[in-house]
Amino acid sequence: MDARITLRVDGRVRPLALDTRTTLLDALRDHLSVTSPKKGCDHGQCGACTVLLDGRRVVSCLILAVTCDGAEVTTAQGLAQEGEPHPVQRAFLEKDAFQCGFCTPGQVCSAVGMLEEVKAGHPSEVTDDLTGPVTLDDEEIRERLSGNLCRCGAYVNIVAALREEAES
Amino acid sequence: MIPFEYLRAGDPAEAVAAVAGRPGAAFLGGGTNLVDHMKLGVAGPDLLVDVSRLPLDRVEETAGGLRIGAAVRNSDLAAHPLVRERYPVLARALLSGASGQLRNVATTAGNLLQRTRCPYFQDVTTPCNKRVPGSGCSAAGGYTRYHAILGASEHCVATHPSDMAVAMVALDAVVAVLGPGGARTLPLAELYRLPGDAPQRDTVLEHGDLIIAVELPHLPFARRSAYRKVRDRASFSFALVSVAAALDLDGGLVRDVRLALGGVAHKPWRATRAEAELRGGPATEDAFRRAAEAELAAARPLPGNAFKVAMTRNAVVATLRALAEEGR
Amino acid sequence: MTVWREAVGTPAARVEGPAKVTGRAGYTYDRPVTDPAYAFPVQATIARGRVASIDSAAAAGVEGVLAVVTHRDAARLADTGDAELAVLQSDEVGFRGQFVGVVVAETPQAARYAAGLVRVEYEQRPHDTELRADRPGLYAPEQVNGGFVSDTDEGDVDAAMEAAAVTVDRAYTTPMEFNSPMEPHVSVAVWDPGERAPGGGFAEGARLTLFDSTQGPHVVRSTLAQVFGLPPERVRVISPYVGGGFGSKGMPHAHNVLAALAAWAVPGRPVKLALTRQQMFALAGHRTPTIQRVRLGAGADGRLTAVAHEVVEHTSAIKEFAEQTAVGARMMYAAPNRRTSHRLAALDVPVPSWMRAPGEAPGFFALEVAMDELAQACGLDPIELRARNDPEVDPESGRPWSGRHLVRCLREGAARFGWAERTAPGTRLVGRELVGLGVAASTYPYYRLPGSRAVVEYEGGGRYTVRIGAADIGTGAWTALTQIAADALGCRLRAVRVEIGDSDLPAATVAGGSSGTTSWGSAVVAACRAFRHVYGEQPPAGAEAGADMPDDPDAERFAMHSFGAQFAEVRVDADTGEVRVPRMLGVFSVGRVVNPRTARSQFIGGMTMGLSMALHERGVLDHRTGHVINHDLAEYHIATHADVVDVDAVWLDEEDVHAGPLGARGIGEIGIVGAAAAIANAVHNATGVRVRDLPITPDVLLR
Repeated sequence: MDARITLRVDGRVRPLALDTRTTLLDALRDHLSVTSPKKGCDHGQCGACTVLLDGRRVVSCLILAVTCDGAEVTTAQGLAQEGEPHPVQRAFLEKDAFQCGFCTPGQVCSAVGMLEEVKAGHPSEVTDDLTGPVTLDDEEIRERLSGNLCRCGAYVNIVAALREEAES
Repeated sequence: MIPFEYLRAGDPAEAVAAVAGRPGAAFLGGGTNLVDHMKLGVAGPDLLVDVSRLPLDRVEETAGGLRIGAAVRNSDLAAHPLVRERYPVLARALLSGASGQLRNVATTAGNLLQRTRCPYFQDVTTPCNKRVPGSGCSAAGGYTRYHAILGASEHCVATHPSDMAVAMVALDAVVAVLGPGGARTLPLAELYRLPGDAPQRDTVLEHGDLIIAVELPHLPFARRSAYRKVRDRASFSFALVSVAAALDLDGGLVRDVRLALGGVAHKPWRATRAEAELRGGPATEDAFRRAAEAELAAARPLPGNAFKVAMTRNAVVATLRALAEEGR
Repeated sequence: MTVWREAVGTPAARVEGPAKVTGRAGYTYDRPVTDPAYAFPVQATIARGRVASIDSAAAAGVEGVLAVVTHRDAARLADTGDAELAVLQSDEVGFRGQFVGVVVAETPQAARYAAGLVRVEYEQRPHDTELRADRPGLYAPEQVNGGFVSDTDEGDVDAAMEAAAVTVDRAYTTPMEFNSPMEPHVSVAVWDPGERAPGGGFAEGARLTLFDSTQGPHVVRSTLAQVFGLPPERVRVISPYVGGGFGSKGMPHAHNVLAALAAWAVPGRPVKLALTRQQMFALAGHRTPTIQRVRLGAGADGRLTAVAHEVVEHTSAIKEFAEQTAVGARMMYAAPNRRTSHRLAALDVPVPSWMRAPGEAPGFFALEVAMDELAQACGLDPIELRARNDPEVDPESGRPWSGRHLVRCLREGAARFGWAERTAPGTRLVGRELVGLGVAASTYPYYRLPGSRAVVEYEGGGRYTVRIGAADIGTGAWTALTQIAADALGCRLRAVRVEIGDSDLPAATVAGGSSGTTSWGSAVVAACRAFRHVYGEQPPAGAEAGADMPDDPDAERFAMHSFGAQFAEVRVDADTGEVRVPRMLGVFSVGRVVNPRTARSQFIGGMTMGLSMALHERGVLDHRTGHVINHDLAEYHIATHADVVDVDAVWLDEEDVHAGPLGARGIGEIGIVGAAAAIANAVHNATGVRVRDLPITPDVLLR
């Protein structure tokens, strides 16, 4: 069964005709050649496909594209403006917060979405005082990014990269 | 994934009519569990009725309690100021589940209705009575680390995977349902079934029944409540066992208590025996332990999960101990 | 003599970093190909037997399906000697999950749906997947991975054990483990068919281009050329970005062949085959489970008189892979009486292969926990015990060490880590947590594999291109080779562009055995020297020179190994048994470090994988079906962000003058070795409970 939808991907309007079975991830990768979100598990268990959907971080592998008609999608590619890396991407470069790089676009999108959640005052599981303000310390960063697996083991460098972002 | 039609419902009644009128139809909320199952072949709806954008996305204050729309996202619910203030156990349970990305998508009703993570259920190449009634239970005699110790049957030893539901069961939540025959409410604890000889049915809902909202009653002492999740990884993993508790102290005595367990049964397990044991008694470690043991007297662990009995007991004691210390 | 001045030794940022963080780096599946079709495999649901019948009519009838290929109609391969790669060539099933067919369709959705409609009937035979030390049929392999002999026996271990004042004799186990790189294995096959041979085989004229996620484009090329009966120059393997491998992409696996067979069935169409995460657990290699008996005999002063390390592990009945688990015990400690052995059970299991530090990773869990047990039995500090048994020459070969600085690593680490704060086992309770410290030694051999060649070309304008068909799977090799070339040419880093990841480039060995940078780097140095020798400092544009990796005479005269000391602090929840690791420190001696930034990432990455091995990883084989039942990342746990707190690595400032022109011994694998033992030893120090079976899950420590 086919459906017609329109997405706004990294600032560009992209009309699409696709099989209703197509996930947002596959729509981006197979239909639009937007390949920065990666398929690491296809079941929401690794976070490599993370994008910002209407500003919120989500795993695009478990979302059917047909449900996203009219939505705004931002990928790691879109976070970089005119070839200039986003501050989070720059921090990843400075701290060597990646090795193979496959989980990296998802880590970056997740981190950007996470920083917004912190700005909005959302607590995490490790927030001591649920009713107080949130301070983004290392433990908070780790917990909030635990939906993004990295098999190369760049975790401590990712936290270091985001520590600077959190402080700025 | 088998081919399917997609319909975005305009209002709840339309959604209910669309699903009720077609045996192969299913509601689609956040989809984090259903889409997963469609890929695996565990579920194969031929019509998806999208209810995620219905106007059921508000958290409203009621007489001392809260009414939570079915489409409220898990992350929004956990971040809601009244949930954090009045029902910390619920906020903590939500935040201990899944990942930030999944909580941004998963809905309240979808979380309640998510299905077991039993690996045999999720693998269509193995027999499973929950997936294919009568095919047999592969978990019995197999890998049972995440399986039930309470209320299981020879037909199914699966556990319910939700954290949120454990907290809600402890809080005496009520579910509002719209079905083909009209609207009704029922206690959340009664929504869930034990597997018995029909493990294919997780809940008492009928085809076409749509959860509209979850109501949390007024429970002032829930301000002192906690959720303890024991797991194999520090984050992003399902509970081996979990404990949702709220404690009302009167000096050194337990005036009232709410206690529910996760990871131990086919449903979020309200620990009524333990609660009865605790009410009116001393708030001491010994009493907590006796109460936990009373609840667990009915435990029938499997060869692969015998550790869960002691783990649950210890987690109950630790959770109540921490709450009691917080109150001093 | 090359002067390391500009680049080598400096923390240069990854040359491909900007492409990776902005998502522009194109991994295998991401590469644009014209009009691709999509393949989805059909897998066996029995562990042993034969395919009795296949009904593919329903699948073939699905809209968009282009082909359904099974053993009945797959093109015939020229060489089926490697049973893992003899895909769809017979009706035999050797393990659950083996390929029995593939569907090719216009969309991935149609291919997967149709694959689910292929009905396969089997004639099932009894299978056996359970590894036990007492099972019949264990055998000694002719050799183990790395080309080592299976067994060694020096002196009289039994007599020495009998006479020893203090002994340890224990069994240790490690489970089936999975490499689980974040990028699943992907192959995109494109045929230029030439003339079809009679019978559907591959005629001389055919050409295969494979975009592949691999640790060795040249290895894939030469292997597939043989399998398909093509001259190597008619196979091209392209692989610029690789999303991790950890050994699982070190040799071709069945999916490479399946992708090419699928593409052969749909002439003119490139075919994309991406394994699902679940499929990887049967088809992308794994680490064998091990049952290890370690015996140590020592005097009351802790000086070892006997070391015996005897290992039982599995291989697949269809193809032997023998992990060299006990080999490290041959050289690690001074003891006059030493015995090592490997016994294999050939089971109806998926084919095991390399996983980061094959041999040392599981072997040093056992050996180094046993050393901790010996220290405890002798009443000695574990660091002192190791110092007392540090051999002056390699006990195995009698050769001098090219540089053995284990004791320095241990002492340096002890000072940095606060080792002196360690208390008696089970005595440190902080809140509701038991706290403990642990240490273990680490080692990894120096491998420099022959067979690499590099070519240097002057582009004009002060710019050079260096070409070598190497692979950077996240190791930093791309950057390191750029640094090495810059210094060897005597130019600035930014003047050098290195091309890798393509079998059309000069030959390169596999990214494995921590040998990449040393092997390829030696070839690059030789090529740069040859270039300067011919063209001097003022080359004409287009000038080009190449060289093979030179021989390594010192490798025959010295025992060459890297060493390290792993430290861990653990906190164990007294109520639930949950283990957390707030701190790890590794101190390593690896010769010269070419790039401190990427090297540190490699070390801590290995240590993080070791933490994951210690606490989380366990593949569960359901012996009733031969099925790895926890075959996804929700159930096969690898460490998350929250599990990894403060992991740091430092290294001795040194070079190994015997280790080729770079003086470097390799760094990719030593980080995992000993890490799990350090954590297990810390758990003992925290709780008094000795854990000899991995992983250390909460139930193990529950009281």
